[in-house]
Amino acid sequence: MSNKLTAKERLAIERVHMPELPADERSRNFEEVNLGLSGDQALEEAKRCLQCKHRPCVAGCPVGVSIPEFLDALASDDLPRSVQILRGDNALPAVCGRVCPQETQCEALCVRGMKGESVGIGYLERYVADWAMNHPDRLLVDQRAQKTGKTVAVVGCGPAGLTAAGELAQKGHAVTIFEALHDTGGVLRYGIPEFRLPKEIIDREVAHLIDLGVSIECNVIIGKTLTIDELREDFDAVFVANGAGLPTMLGIPGENLKGVYAANEFLTRVNLMEAGRKEDASTPIIKRSEVAVIGGGNTAMDCVRTARRLGAERAMIVYRRSEAEMPARVEEIKHAKEEGVEFVMLTAPLEILASEDGWVRALKCQKMELGPADASGRRRPQPIEGSEFELSAGVIINAVGTNANPLLTATAPELQLNKWGNIVANENGETSIPGVFAGGDIVRGGATVILAMGDGKKAAAAIDEYLKTK
Amino acid sequence: MFEVLSNEVLAENLHKMVVSAPRIAKARKAGQFVIVRLAQGEERIPLTIGDADAAAGTITLFIQAIGASTRRIVQTQPGGFIRDVAGPLGKETHITNWGRVACIGGGVGTAVLFPLVKALHEAGNQITTIIGGRSERYIILENELSPLSEEFLVTTEDGSRGFKGFVTGPLSELLADPEKAPKAVFAVGPVPMMKAVANLTREKGIETIVSLNPIMIDGTGMCGGCRVQIGNETKFACVDGPEFDAHLVDFDGLSDRLTSYRKEEATCLAAECKLGREEA
Ligand SMILES: Cc1cc2nc3c(=O)[nH]c(=O)nc-3n(C[C@H](O)[C@H](O)[C@H](O)COP(=O)(O)OP(=O)(O)OC[C@H]3O[C@@H](n4cnc5c(N)ncnc54)[C@H](O)[C@@H]3O)c2cc1C
Ligand SMILES: Cc1cc2nc3c(=O)[nH]c(=O)nc-3n(C[C@H](O)[C@H](O)[C@H](O)COP(=O)(O)OP(=O)(O)OC[C@H]3O[C@@H](n4cnc5c(N)ncnc54)[C@H](O)[C@@H]3O)c2cc1C
Ligand code: SF4
Ligand code: SF4
Ligand code: FES
Repeated sequence: MSNKLTAKERLAIERVHMPELPADERSRNFEEVNLGLSGDQALEEAKRCLQCKHRPCVAGCPVGVSIPEFLDALASDDLPRSVQILRGDNALPAVCGRVCPQETQCEALCVRGMKGESVGIGYLERYVADWAMNHPDRLLVDQRAQKTGKTVAVVGCGPAGLTAAGELAQKGHAVTIFEALHDTGGVLRYGIPEFRLPKEIIDREVAHLIDLGVSIECNVIIGKTLTIDELREDFDAVFVANGAGLPTMLGIPGENLKGVYAANEFLTRVNLMEAGRKEDASTPIIKRSEVAVIGGGNTAMDCVRTARRLGAERAMIVYRRSEAEMPARVEEIKHAKEEGVEFVMLTAPLEILASEDGWVRALKCQKMELGPADASGRRRPQPIEGSEFELSAGVIINAVGTNANPLLTATAPELQLNKWGNIVANENGETSIPGVFAGGDIVRGGATVILAMGDGKKAAAAIDEYLKTK
Repeated sequence: MFEVLSNEVLAENLHKMVVSAPRIAKARKAGQFVIVRLAQGEERIPLTIGDADAAAGTITLFIQAIGASTRRIVQTQPGGFIRDVAGPLGKETHITNWGRVACIGGGVGTAVLFPLVKALHEAGNQITTIIGGRSERYIILENELSPLSEEFLVTTEDGSRGFKGFVTGPLSELLADPEKAPKAVFAVGPVPMMKAVANLTREKGIETIVSLNPIMIDGTGMCGGCRVQIGNETKFACVDGPEFDAHLVDFDGLSDRLTSYRKEEATCLAAECKLGREEA
């Protein structure tokens, strides 16, 4: 089979549409919204790639996935090779294909996007990764590295930790991941909802790592159950990837009323604890017909779409700036709108108002207008005098962001932190303690899955070098 | 998986369970707790580490079966397993030798108090322990606590044992007695009890520590569900506590938040009772 089309023939192909569950149906269940491309669709889409010699798209990917190469193999219908290329660069392709903000990364730099629509790189990455999961017997087997006898402890089982563990295991080191929660995946499991990233995908990616020889111990909180010092004694190197899980409070009156959630609590109840999602889940969740979510990022979109699925008639996003400034993925905003989510833009929360019995009744807000651009290049919102109003809501969810969690770092005083409490690490992940590396959100603050994975990959390479000197 | 080594009934719906958890047994300090999840699909439940034996690798939990989840936990028999036990969580109690201290326990709070009394005793304090319960049947850990206490008092609401009334009765007398007045007071129990104790000691300016029990999920500072108002600040009880200066705690806010899931929990219990009947 060949992928020998002329540029003209390739240019004539239109971008594929991702098949989706109908909005009215999916906004009441937790099934995955994007259904995935069919084999024919994927092959056709892959043929749209012009196989550019200078590979601009690759520069847009934080882990440098060999995009034209895996697409060429796919367009030539050589899936085993496509999988091998993709997995060689990216340890969690089924995850990235679903949750990367492609429109600002790989697809942003695709030449086809200049005059028309970029190649659907994310969709195709997902297609190839899903195919691999369903065809384990057809995969090309990579040679296993010889055991080195060296041991590495990884703290945190999110994307950074999982990636580092996979890379290190492939180099023959014995890796143990310690995870504070009772299950794997970090934000992938407790934060990102089932309708965007089915838990089964995480289970399968984790199973793949266990096949590679990685061992995972849940319910171990580093800093509490074991200390970093104990890990340094028992292991040859340590990689810290404990994420940025500490909710930023709004700091407005009424924040402790019944019915006010931090996004992490709301999402953890539903995602990790299965509240409202499984019949027999014993963890409860408060459901109300009017729900207001404060924030404009992926977390806010996940909360509001989850609230809708729990039965909210009015599920609202309340955001200080306008839609153009929203940091959420474009696809999440589109899906949220289709599902009937209301967008209350240029609106800032002032106070949460209570009913007589201490439950949330409304969000007192103020209208904003956009002033001149600030240091980040985004136009700064300014309050409009006298524009206060009340937005009726029975549940209010704060999704404005997270800070670095001090639980671990507080017990390791030699570990250098910046003024926000993030661990200071160089581009190889080296920290102020020799043999201790760090990456992901605990270093960057809240970022993205693929940046966390990029950190895990770089740190694994640096740890491998470090272990050779030991 | 964490093996249950023994499970004893101390009083109605109050169990003492010894669980194998070597790392936690080694690391834990007085005042800390664990989060327990019995099985897949179950809630994460915070429980104080009542006692620990580092050499044997065991921790002791005192569990009051009040809702659906705690009832299922106490049904685990010796030889059975708890799927998840994570900890030790929270800050350890600040223990020094104050000289005279009073330790007040109400209901299952008495169990939470036990490791504090033990640590305070080991630090050389002279302890007056006051234990309250609805009636004689709810007075627990008497045999464990009285040898550690210089004075050991019991109150019951119906007068079936000791003083009739609440723990605040004997406490007021103690505070009024210049010879016996404590330098510090530790109180653990239902929110109204802790609030009443705080009000008594506030007037006298006596340092008072309470251990709070808000609803928790992760126990590591990630979810923000356990937040409590302490003075002008919002604190996360799982990482900043669970012990706080009683004179700064917003007890009304705490008790209000504790009722957040009353409706849901009631449905859950009712469903279980029905199930129980059908099985029977
Ligand atoms: C709701 C939500 C939606 C998002 N959507 C997207 C998206 O669509 N696309 C995207 O690219 N990014 C998204 N992000 C951001 C992305 O999920 C994070 O940047 C990424 O998960 C960070 O990975 P990490 O490995 O550094 O940390 P985490 O994923 O946070 O994992 C850290 C792990 O460490 C564990 N841990 C913490 N402390 C300890 C300790 N002391 N001992 C042991 N273990 C510990 C935690 O329990 C957790 O499992 C989203 C984030 C959220 C919250
Ligand atoms: C740090 C900490 C330490 C604790 N130590 C112990 C201990 O050593 N032994 C022990 O028996 N219990 C302890 N608790 C309380 C225990 O966690 C709760 O009793 C348990 O979560 C209730 O779960 P349930 O599903 O059985 O009851 P539910 O059905 O959830 O609740 C039954 C009733 O109790 C209320 N309630 C819910 N959660 C709590 C809570 N966290 N505290 C008090 N009331 C609640 C509900 O509003 C409801 O009215 C501790 C709590 C904390 C936060
Ligand atoms: S990993 Fe993310 S950024 Fe990289 S190619 Fe895949 S979808 Fe694009
Ligand atoms: S830039 Fe676009 S067309 Fe060019 S190689 Fe990359 S994906 Fe293909
Ligand atoms: S229980 Fe989640 S932050 Fe305390």
